[in-house]
Amino acid sequence: MQKSLHINPDKCTGCLQCEMACSYEHHGSFNPSKSRIKVFDFHDAGRKVPYTCTQCAEAWCLQACPVDAIKLDLVTGAKVVMETVCVGCKVCTIACPFGTVNYVQDTGKVQKCDLCGGDPACATACPTGAITYIDADWTGLERMQQWAGKLDNQASA
Amino acid sequence: MAWAGKVLRVNLTAGTCASEPLNMQWARDYIGQRGLATKYFVEEVDAKVDPLSPDNKIIWATGPLTGTMASTGGRYSVITKGALTGAIACSNSGGYWGAELKMAGWDMIIFEGKSAKPVYLVIENDKAELLDAAFIWGKSVWETEPAIKAKHQEPQMRVSSIGRAGETGCLYAAVVNDLHRAAGRSGVGTVMGSKNLKAIAVRGTKGVGNIRDFKAFMAATTAAKKVLHDNAVTGQGLPMYGTQVLMNVINTMGALPTRNHRDVQFDGAKDISAEAMHEPRKTDGKKNLVTNQACFGCTIACGRISKIDETHFTVQNRPQYWGASGGLEYEAAWALGAANGVNDLEALTFANFICNEHGMDPISFGATVGAVMELYDMGVLTKEQLGIDARYGSAEALAYFAELTCKGEGFGKEIAQGSKRLTAKYGHPDLSMSVKGQEFPAYDSRGIQGMGLAYATSNRGACHLRGYTVASEVLGIPVKTDPLVTEGKAGLVKAFQDATAVFDSAGVCVFTTFAWTLADLQPQLAAACSDEFTMDELGKIGERVWNMEREFNNRAGFTHKDDNLPKRLTTEPAKTGPAKGLVNGLDKMLPEYYQLRGWDPQGRPTKETKARLGL
Repeated sequence: MQKSLHINPDKCTGCLQCEMACSYEHHGSFNPSKSRIKVFDFHDAGRKVPYTCTQCAEAWCLQACPVDAIKLDLVTGAKVVMETVCVGCKVCTIACPFGTVNYVQDTGKVQKCDLCGGDPACATACPTGAITYIDADWTGLERMQQWAGKLDNQASA
Repeated sequence: MAWAGKVLRVNLTAGTCASEPLNMQWARDYIGQRGLATKYFVEEVDAKVDPLSPDNKIIWATGPLTGTMASTGGRYSVITKGALTGAIACSNSGGYWGAELKMAGWDMIIFEGKSAKPVYLVIENDKAELLDAAFIWGKSVWETEPAIKAKHQEPQMRVSSIGRAGETGCLYAAVVNDLHRAAGRSGVGTVMGSKNLKAIAVRGTKGVGNIRDFKAFMAATTAAKKVLHDNAVTGQGLPMYGTQVLMNVINTMGALPTRNHRDVQFDGAKDISAEAMHEPRKTDGKKNLVTNQACFGCTIACGRISKIDETHFTVQNRPQYWGASGGLEYEAAWALGAANGVNDLEALTFANFICNEHGMDPISFGATVGAVMELYDMGVLTKEQLGIDARYGSAEALAYFAELTCKGEGFGKEIAQGSKRLTAKYGHPDLSMSVKGQEFPAYDSRGIQGMGLAYATSNRGACHLRGYTVASEVLGIPVKTDPLVTEGKAGLVKAFQDATAVFDSAGVCVFTTFAWTLADLQPQLAAACSDEFTMDELGKIGERVWNMEREFNNRAGFTHKDDNLPKRLTTEPAKTGPAKGLVNGLDKMLPEYYQLRGWDPQGRPTKETKARLGL
């Protein structure tokens, strides 16, 4: 059974523990500038929104890569960049409609979320439950439950 | 380790930037941030220096845990000789700026001299340069940050800057980063402005990767985060209500200074409390509070994000104030509200926005307005002089003064001098509710006796963040003590002061101490930096930092006579509440405190004390 990263911006406080955890996992240092998940600040609305790769089934990045450096991890469903193959041509960064594949100057390769091999560090580090790792087929479960509760209250009112 | 190992020295007179290695012996002796930067400062600056002269220096400093996964590890401090006080100043801020500086590979920046024209510093990792600030001089913090990011086409830059208050010489101007986080007190922004330094913009992509023992560090920080999460104050109270959780509590116990400390309880407290921020407004059905937010690395998230009612008189037809921004913390809500008898939550939020927008300490500003309103009430100041009817409780006067003061216009020029200078000018120096020239925060020391001693002996003038005995006297952390008695408070104040100095030097937030003790911080510091940081050593470092600051103040000309409270608190008993009939018993606590500190009766550390602490 595959899982998905599930993001609920309503719970995000903007602490960036996720960005530090991601960079530590992949680069061995606390460094949000190297994170594959980014928290955006919509200041006037008072909202912080984490955003990362959704692991598209028909992945644009994977299709676009001229050297087949992006592979499907059959267990997690993640689209994973193989650094040894990547030539840093950046075509995938152009192909991705969501901007979640990015070039890394230090390595000359691209990077994107790889779900940490099935145990995403960002979800573990998130102190508020804004980022969770849940059943890929049931990312709507919590929202369904909320609406079910609302409708139930209406019926009984 | 965990230190970047580099200091950036900027000579504003010469316009030069130079890198130098961090003094690692001092890092071991003073940790970082408050302690370490103060060590650099007292070694390099004559204590008698005029705070606004080019000979004063000003330092932005991170701690070893800044920019790490330690909870709240995003802090920085600004250290200088305070413009408001003439004492050592050290103001601490959160947000994201401190971590960004560390990620760029710097522990601290030391500014010397004075620039001939307005400049700002830009740091991109190892590269640092001073640039012409003509395009942002005269602008607010809210205009300056986006203008710098746009000019450099770098939206991920973090900016620490002054607004109009720091440029126009308001003596309690703040340094503001990330639009609404501030190194707020003692006039550190005034010193920045006096050097023609407008802003420091930083982009750091090097990260923090030199943790001594990563495995031990991750285990220690994870365990410490659990302590915060499981604690009622840091796990539930602060994220839900922020520091404003205290408003009704402190009012009930008769320790909410009201109308310039004439009273100790405010009948409008409930209207400006955390609970009120959660209530849908009658006017538009929306809540004042939009959400809570965190600073870098913080798993508490006490920050308030608020929106003002668009129909409120303060913001009508002024859409620049309609967006969400930094809302009321307890100290600001008190200073802008109870201190003036104002119970209009929207007006307080507006005044708070103005303080953030233009870089001004809301505590000293609000408390000074409290003194102005008392002088108005006494007939010493008139409507003609002030330009407005300044009765206690006037939200219109509060909002009017906020805008005048931050821009240095009209009577605002006098309010910008602080309550000590203002009340002295008008012949009533006793009405300044301050110590060493800095206004009190939100706890009346008649109702919380230990705070009287904490205020009187605070090295940066009256302050709650140097020895927060409220934790013990009100909340029972780590043990409950009776707020109405003086017995045992000398030891309590000393213990809080020393421990706080360690937290302020480490790079973490002092609010963690609602849940953490030094025993929670120690494993994190030891794993990040050095196993020399044992409990014993940290205790000694806290004391060393405190005594170092004290010695600077003594050299600057302060004496035991300045460890004092305004007459009102020691001669006018509280009129209502549990502390009714009480004054503060400072005279009963101070001699014992000196003794415990190892100071002589004049408040000077003895030779033995200095030798014991390696000073």
